[in-house]
Amino acid sequence: MLTLRSALKTTRGLAAALATGTALMAPSALLAQDGEKTLTAVMHSGLRVLDPVITTAHITRDHAYMIYDVLTAVDENFEPQPQMASWEVSDDGLVYTFTLRDGLLFHDGAPVTSEDVVASLNRWGKRDSGGQLIFDVTASLEATDEKTVVWTLSEPFAPLLDVISKQSAVPPFIMPARIAATSPDETITEYIGSGPFVFNADEYEPGVSVTYEKFDDYVPREEPASWMAGGKVVNVDKVVWTTMPDALTAINALSAGEIDYLEQVQIDLLPILSSNPDVTVEKRDELGYVAVGRPNFLLPPFDNQLIRQAAMAALDQESMLATMQGDPEYYNVCGAIFGCSTPLGSEAGSEDLTGGANIEKAKALLEEAGYDGTPVTLMAPTDVVSLINQPVVAAQALREAGFEVDLQSMDWQSVVQRRAQQNPVSEGGWNLFFTNWMVPEISDPLINVMVNGRGDDAWFGWPTDPEIEELRAAFVAAPDAAAQKEVAEKIQEHVMTNVNYFMMGEYLIPQARRNTIQNMLPSPVPVFWNVTKEAE
Amino acid sequence: MFVYILKRVLATIPVMVIVAIFVFLLLRLTPGDPAAILAGDAATPAQLERIRDSLGLNDPLLTQFMTWMGQLARGDLGTSLLSNTSVAGMVGARLGPTINIALMTIVISVLLAVPMGVIAAWRHRTWVDFLVMSFSVLGFSVPVFVIGYILIQIFAIDLRWVPVQGYKAPSEGFGAFFSRAILPSLTLATIYIALIARMTRASMLEVLGEDYIRTARAKGVRENVVLFRHALRNAAVPILTIIGTGFALLISGVVVTESVFNIPGIGRLTVDAILARDYPVIQAMILLTAGIYVMVNLLVDISYSFFDPRIRY
Repeated sequence: MLTLRSALKTTRGLAAALATGTALMAPSALLAQDGEKTLTAVMHSGLRVLDPVITTAHITRDHAYMIYDVLTAVDENFEPQPQMASWEVSDDGLVYTFTLRDGLLFHDGAPVTSEDVVASLNRWGKRDSGGQLIFDVTASLEATDEKTVVWTLSEPFAPLLDVISKQSAVPPFIMPARIAATSPDETITEYIGSGPFVFNADEYEPGVSVTYEKFDDYVPREEPASWMAGGKVVNVDKVVWTTMPDALTAINALSAGEIDYLEQVQIDLLPILSSNPDVTVEKRDELGYVAVGRPNFLLPPFDNQLIRQAAMAALDQESMLATMQGDPEYYNVCGAIFGCSTPLGSEAGSEDLTGGANIEKAKALLEEAGYDGTPVTLMAPTDVVSLINQPVVAAQALREAGFEVDLQSMDWQSVVQRRAQQNPVSEGGWNLFFTNWMVPEISDPLINVMVNGRGDDAWFGWPTDPEIEELRAAFVAAPDAAAQKEVAEKIQEHVMTNVNYFMMGEYLIPQARRNTIQNMLPSPVPVFWNVTKEAE
Repeated sequence: MFVYILKRVLATIPVMVIVAIFVFLLLRLTPGDPAAILAGDAATPAQLERIRDSLGLNDPLLTQFMTWMGQLARGDLGTSLLSNTSVAGMVGARLGPTINIALMTIVISVLLAVPMGVIAAWRHRTWVDFLVMSFSVLGFSVPVFVIGYILIQIFAIDLRWVPVQGYKAPSEGFGAFFSRAILPSLTLATIYIALIARMTRASMLEVLGEDYIRTARAKGVRENVVLFRHALRNAAVPILTIIGTGFALLISGVVVTESVFNIPGIGRLTVDAILARDYPVIQAMILLTAGIYVMVNLLVDISYSFFDPRIRY
């Protein structure tokens, strides 16, 4: 007869078997290394698109810096520096001559030639907004010999080196000419660069993991590394990026030593890591990100400048940033549309945003504008952690000032699709949405898409703003840095008056690493050269 | 039997066609633009339009549908709009982890839940029954991610017996596979143990009151034979149905568990594809899920006849 005792005995046996099996998996066996120095990193997002020209996704840009190199690159002082090539500029500012340095090889063993550079720049110039401006004044772009590229302009374009050296929102990565011949509207299918790491196609799982191996034939520059410039010296054999959709799991994995580096740590989870002596939490750079709100200039009520000004008076950076980040250590009230720590940064005219909400002023402006109660349709994405809070805080602030607000929750994909609609709200249009940018992506008038005033050709919201277009043209024509700064200040003042967008301040996202990981470069883009990994 | 199976397999074809049409239309009616995800935040409307053209998203719906159907007829699931890789390859890479975790979960669940249910029915209204039923309520009620976090805290962080996260295929060594698969399987098993144990108990209670059980006992048949040969076999049909449905659910993806334990499975692939509006991947995943349900239901139906000889096809 089956007794309870025998039944329990069977269960105990099963439990014991499971426990034995589990105990056999001792940590030493689990975490065994194969002798190679492998750095495992959890990045902010999974890598799915491998073409750095067709997309502006940050993770694709980060991937591109691993496997591709660039002609020139900015250092930590925002100064362009030679990377693959040095340059000379003619006295009239019309001819730029680039000379490739020795020892440049693609990962398939072919040497990098000036033909590759020309093809890569041509493809990039059709996608990137800054690149398009340069190609508008390009008379010719030619490979005059194996190592020389001559770029001739029809009129001077002083910020040319700044644009091709920029670190974000599509830098011109150099690819073999046969790959760069792909249409800029189609994704490339071969991933060969001349950068410090080689992409391992066999181990790539879209959205899950990607493996990079050290490129043994890469010849780093001799200068010390600084942001995207200088010597890219690789000190590990392999870098593996893995995606972890759960923030707590990533933190637990870092604490347990299963991964070495976590690019972004959620502020509310920081206390878990701060008590771990084996882990360092730090700011990767001081520039960080900006939060912005974009009104739709085509539809009421934000087709009226006074009503946009009223909204700006009602919004309060401090309360929005505090809601987003919580810890003041990781945000910065800042009214500079080009960023507070950048060469062109100026906070002129931003008191309404940085000085706290001014509800009385907002109400007065609404009255002066004759606001008729047209609701503000505010799109609120619910699936992107860094964008959840802004619409909610903004809706409350606008309501306090007397706006009618229709806060509509949706996923980010729906925002992305809907913000492209120019129709009235009743036919799928919108009035306001919020998004974020890295500071280097908004740091000058040619990069910052929100100061484009070309109507239908401008970024979503479509302001027709001839005045800002004149100022942008003046920026291009400005002969030196001082003159550029002067024009940038005028653009700042104009944006604060015309309210091309709502600058909602700067914030930082900390990174975390095991203490065995040292010498990480402070840089807006996470880079894996220079880094060293010691044994645990 | 063979004719029955053939008929059932053939009957899946219209089901799959209807699912395909439904999924295709539903996706096109959902707001979202894969070109916008591909191009990123700074793309201008003109650039987006050109990318839509190159992806074939501007073609008439009927053309897009016929192109997809043509691909399916050739056994081609298409290419991901985002990663430009074969959908079949992506799904293939993700199926392994999901199937292995599902199998392990079902094995653990059945091994624990069926005896628990049988014992609870056998010791009806005693503390054993109460204990099993309490566990069942708990298993149903506690969210799966909470169970996952608790198991990680105890076994991975405090005791350090197993890794926190990740997945290794059995081909990379049974130890590496088992150590990573055990916690997600146990996490998922809590729900299935609760479900199967309750169903087993209810089914057994019904059967244990039958005359033939009393007769068997009167004949002096040993109690374990009464319970497991006479009673359990007759109570098996609803239990098998639950196990089959549970297995189909597990294979079609368990997003939360996959996220908490960082397992690159079918669930995450589906959710990521939906968030990115990667149409070919979503379509393939929904068709696959429908196919899995159809096949699992067929297998469950066939298995009935092994446990109940009265059922014949």
